[in-house]
Amino acid sequence: MSNNSAANSSLVIAQKAVKQLRLEASVRRIKVSQAATELKTFCLQNAHKDPLLTGVPSSDNPFRPPKSCVLL
Amino acid sequence: PTDQTSIALFLCHPLHWPSLPAQRKYMRSPPIPEMATQEVQLNETLAHLKTESETLKTKLEEERAKLHDVELHQVAEKVEALGQFVMKTRRTLKGHGNKVLCMDWCKDKRRIVSSSQDGKVIVWDAFTTNKEHAVTMPCTWVMACAYAPSGCAVACGGLDNKCSVYPLSLDKNENLAAKKKSVAMHTNYLSACSFTNSDMQILTSSGDGTCALWDVESGQLLQSFHGHAADVLCLDLAPSETGNTFVSGGCDKKANVWDMRSGQCIQSFETHESDINSVRYYPSGDAFASGSDDATCRLYDLRADREVAIYSKESIIFGVSSVDFSLSGRLLFGGYNDYTINVWDVLKGTRVSILFGHENRVSTLRVSPDGTAFCTGSWDHTLRIWA
Repeated sequence: MSNNSAANSSLVIAQKAVKQLRLEASVRRIKVSQAATELKTFCLQNAHKDPLLTGVPSSDNPFRPPKSCVLL
Repeated sequence: PTDQTSIALFLCHPLHWPSLPAQRKYMRSPPIPEMATQEVQLNETLAHLKTESETLKTKLEEERAKLHDVELHQVAEKVEALGQFVMKTRRTLKGHGNKVLCMDWCKDKRRIVSSSQDGKVIVWDAFTTNKEHAVTMPCTWVMACAYAPSGCAVACGGLDNKCSVYPLSLDKNENLAAKKKSVAMHTNYLSACSFTNSDMQILTSSGDGTCALWDVESGQLLQSFHGHAADVLCLDLAPSETGNTFVSGGCDKKANVWDMRSGQCIQSFETHESDINSVRYYPSGDAFASGSDDATCRLYDLRADREVAIYSKESIIFGVSSVDFSLSGRLLFGGYNDYTINVWDVLKGTRVSILFGHENRVSTLRVSPDGTAFCTGSWDHTLRIWA
């Protein structure tokens, strides 16, 4: 009996794997050229809002020390 | 073929018919014990399923390849190259007694929670470098920590196999451990945790190979996610605008995208050559990056359903522990086991900067919520803020 139940659970596992692969195969895909263009567009449109990309003046960035310190 | 077809085929198989002694009496072959017949049929079904599995995998690769008409860096050829970057350590947070394993930013853009091998979880004000709270966990190797969206609590866990939530008190003298709430229970170490878009739910990943969604208040398991064949090491939630999905990466070299409501794995990517230590969504939600022990970072586009870029250099041979994007998605920061941070131009695929400072592995890296800085944690016991 134990042989049978081990084989049965392999069957269930194999069934699940096939079902999962069918699901993944049915996913709708677009061409890389289109996907890549949209990634590029997003980057360029948001570039001006990206402080690490554009750099912000020290006075605006709480982590950067202000430019000059006058010691009296 | 649909799911229903396969289920129908399954049920129609002779294995599942009630036995018919009369029929067997007239079989020409010598009488075979019933069990052995069933076993033979079972093995045939298994073999058939295996073949179908292989066929589907090949078909999946073919379908993906058909749409692979261009590389990302080709599309980005005319984009202006990035200039020189000057990023330096602006703050060093000292206080952990051992390796820093994880960190997370508070939405207020100044507080940080970090966790360490020494069992301590510390909340810092990154502007002033002051420690605001400290909790000692009952276990060492606190591999995961996360800040609640409200800023009023932190979650953490590791070798205790749990994820616990600590409400943060305004009273600095209050013993945070007294208010601790155990939320998640796994059967192996907790590798990562993240609140969803509220303080009410937590998503976890574990060495037990699963991810799970929990209700914080009741500790109830809301959904579990099965599909990885080995330890799950990392996860990231999709930006809220893109809906209820998250991505996970594991020791099985796979990155899986999951539907949070159904528990279903909806897409799976297996191109890395070793453990995936970190996954992070691209800010638009249409792609995600991964970092692996194979010393590469990769970008996967969800709508093209494939890998679209690899960020690597022959000179980089140490694993990537942690990755994150700058606000526009143009820069990808990677923390490496060779103590450095490499900054990549996501579109062109080239490295734009290499940052030195840590004296041991970089284990964790996150860009601040407003994108003005990023924080790294290291096995050298410190955290650094870079801007």
